[in-house]
Amino acid sequence: MKTGAKILVESLQREGTEIIFGYPGGVVLPIYDELYDSPLRHILVRHEQAAAHAADGYARASGRVGVCLATSGPGACNLVTGIATAYMDSASIVAITGQVPTNLLGNDAFQESDITGITMPITKHNYLVKSAADISRVVQEAFYIAGTGRKGPVLIDIPKDVSTGLAEDTPLPEKVTLRGYNPTYKGHKRQIDKAVELIVHAERPLIYAGGGVIASDASGELVSLATLLGIPVTTTLMGIGCIPCDHPLNLGMLGMHGTEYANFAVMESDVLIAIGARFDDRVTGKIDTFAPHAKIVHIDIDPAEIGKNKRIDVPIVGDVKAVLQDMLSGLKKNNAYEPWLKKIKHWRQHHPLRVKDDGRLHPQQIIRALSELVKGEAVIVSEVGQNQMWTAQHFCFHHPRTWITSGGLGTMGYGFPAAMGAHFARPDVPVFDIAGDGSIQMNIQEMSTVAANRIPVKVAILNNMYLGMVRQWQELFFDRRYSFTELPPVEFVKIANAYGIDGIRVESPDEVIPALKAALDCDGPFVMDFRIEREENVFPMVPAGAAINEMIGGHPRS
Amino acid sequence: MKPHTLSILVENKPGVLSRVTGLFSRRGFNIESLAVGTCEEPDMSRITIVVIGDDAKVEQVMKQLHKLIDVIKVSDLTENERVERELALIKVNAEPGTSRAEIMQIAQSFRAQIVDVGSKSVILQVTGDTDKVDALEKLLRQYGVKELVRTGRIGIPRGSKIVASLK
Repeated sequence: MKTGAKILVESLQREGTEIIFGYPGGVVLPIYDELYDSPLRHILVRHEQAAAHAADGYARASGRVGVCLATSGPGACNLVTGIATAYMDSASIVAITGQVPTNLLGNDAFQESDITGITMPITKHNYLVKSAADISRVVQEAFYIAGTGRKGPVLIDIPKDVSTGLAEDTPLPEKVTLRGYNPTYKGHKRQIDKAVELIVHAERPLIYAGGGVIASDASGELVSLATLLGIPVTTTLMGIGCIPCDHPLNLGMLGMHGTEYANFAVMESDVLIAIGARFDDRVTGKIDTFAPHAKIVHIDIDPAEIGKNKRIDVPIVGDVKAVLQDMLSGLKKNNAYEPWLKKIKHWRQHHPLRVKDDGRLHPQQIIRALSELVKGEAVIVSEVGQNQMWTAQHFCFHHPRTWITSGGLGTMGYGFPAAMGAHFARPDVPVFDIAGDGSIQMNIQEMSTVAANRIPVKVAILNNMYLGMVRQWQELFFDRRYSFTELPPVEFVKIANAYGIDGIRVESPDEVIPALKAALDCDGPFVMDFRIEREENVFPMVPAGAAINEMIGGHPRS
Repeated sequence: MKPHTLSILVENKPGVLSRVTGLFSRRGFNIESLAVGTCEEPDMSRITIVVIGDDAKVEQVMKQLHKLIDVIKVSDLTENERVERELALIKVNAEPGTSRAEIMQIAQSFRAQIVDVGSKSVILQVTGDTDKVDALEKLLRQYGVKELVRTGRIGIPRGSKIVASLK
C-alpha cells in the first residue's frame, strides 16, 4: 500500500514530468513531504500565479505538459489567472491543488474554496479526486487531455485525506480511452481536395496562420505549402515563429497592430486559408468587412472554432500537421500568383513598419537591436501591452516556440514567470522577458525566485512610466485624459540589486547594445531598465470596430 | 429565435450538470426547461434542455457541449419528428359540493388523473406536450390553483431513429 501523495509523485514521473512550479501550504504538506526526497525538480515561486504561468511558459517552449502545484483556498485561487491564460491560448498544463479533507468539503473549512467549480469554465477538464486509488488514473487522463487535441489546462483537486489515504498500485491502460473525448486528427479527404482545388484556382491566395500551427508542430509543413505554391503568409500574434520572419513570403502579423501590407493582403485576397487560427476580434476588426472578397478555407482541430465568427466555405476539422501533409501530397510546384506577389511587394516597400532614429531612446530600436544580437537563437517572452506589440512587430523570429506571450487573455504579469518556465524547457538559449514598467510590477516578486535559483532570465523593461497601451488609447480616443495610467518612476535596478540581481539603466540609444551584451554575458538573471520615449505609440493601429485596412499611424495609401 | 430541445447524453458523474448549464449561462441563455434522468446505458444520464436562441448561437453551444469530456452525445431534437412530453401535478381548490364535479370533468377531458383527494383540494396529474399542460392549467385557474409543479420537457425521435451523435 502507498499513500495518495506517493502515488501522485510517481504518476507525475511516469508521465515524464521533470519540473514542478509550486508553493506549499497546509493541505499539500503530505505531497510536499513526498517531493522532499523525490528526483522531481521543484521550483518554489513567490506567488501561485507565477507557478501557473511558469508551467505554461515551460509547456509552450517545450511542447510538453507543464505542471504547477498549490495549496487549497487562496493558493488554488491564485492559480486562476494563470489557468485562464493557458486556457485562452490552448497551453497544456496540469494544475494540482490541495483541498480540505473530504469530510469537510462544503463546510467553509479553513482555506477551502470550490476550485473545481471556480475553474470549470477555464479548464479543458478538471477533477476532484475522492480516493487515493483514483489518483494514478486521473493523472494519466489529465496529461492525456491536456496534451492532445486542442490543448489546454486540466486541474486536479486532491483533498488532504486522499493524499494521506492508502491504496494499492492500480494497473493502468497503455492508452487512455475516454468515450466523450475523441479529437479528429485526420482531415476529411473530400474537404481537403476541395480546398486544394480552390487554392490552385485562386489568383490572390493568402495563408492566415495561427497558434494552432505551432501547437501542432506543423511549421515545416506550413512553410513547405507556402513555398511550393508561392502563397504569402500572415500570422496572428500566436502564430509568430511558424514561418521565419525573413522568409520572402512572410508578411508578418495581421490585425489591430499588424503590418499594413498584411492587412491589405487580407482585404484583397480571393482565397484565405486560415490554419489553426480563430478569427479573434483583434485579428478581424469589424468582422463583416474582414476578407470581403475571399472564399475561406478553415483548418482547425476544434470543430467549435469553425464558423464561430465567420462563415466558412471549406471547413476542415483535423490536426493542422496531418491536414497539411495530406494537402501537400496532392500538390505540384506552382508560381501562378506572381502578379499578386508583385502587388504585395509594392505594398511592403511603401508601407514598412516605422522606426525612428532621432537620437532618442525608442523601444522599436531596442527590440531590433536585441533581434540582431541573438539572431533568432533565443526565447523571447513578453508581458502585455505596448511591449508585447513592439516585440511582435520588430523582433525577427526564426523558429517556432521561441515567442511566448499571453494572446487571448492578455495577462499582464505573465511574461516574467513564463520566462522562468521557458528557461527550463530551453536551457540551451538565452531567455528574455520584454516587459513594461506596469506589467513587470504585477509579478516582480519572482525576482526572488530567479535570484535564489540562478534562473538566467533577462528582463528588458521598456519603462515609460505609463500603462502605455491604455495611455495610447486615452491619447487617441479619450482626448488625452490620462486617467490613472501614469506610474511614478521606479528604480528597477535598485530593486533587482536588492534581490541580488545585476542590472543596468539605459537612457540613450548608444547604451542599448552594451546593455544587451552585458545581459547576455551575465550567467544569471539580469534586469535592464530602458527609459524610453514616454509617449511612444504602437503603430499602425486599427481602431476598435474598424475594418483592418482602416489603419491609423500608417503611410498614405500609394 | 426559436425553441430548441437539446438531448445530451452524459457520464453519470458529479458536476456534469454544472458543466453543461455553465455553457448556457455564460452566453446569457435562459434555460426554459431542464430534465435529467438515467437512460438506457447504466452509467450514463440524459439531460434534456429547452432553450430559445438563434440557430447559430445554439449550434455554437452544441459544439461547446460536445467538447466537454463528460459529454458523450449531443443532438437537437427539434430537427426531427419527435414525441415530447411534460408532466405536471396541479393542486386545485375544491371545497366539497362546489366545483369538484366540474374539475373532475375537465380532468377527464384532458385524460388527467386525480391522484389525491383532500377535504379542500384535489391533485391532478397530467402528461402531454407543453400546450396541453398550459391549456389545462389555464382552465383550472378559475377554481384557484394552490400549487403547480411541472417537470422539464423530455423528448425522443419518432420511429426507429435514435437520438443521433453530433459527429
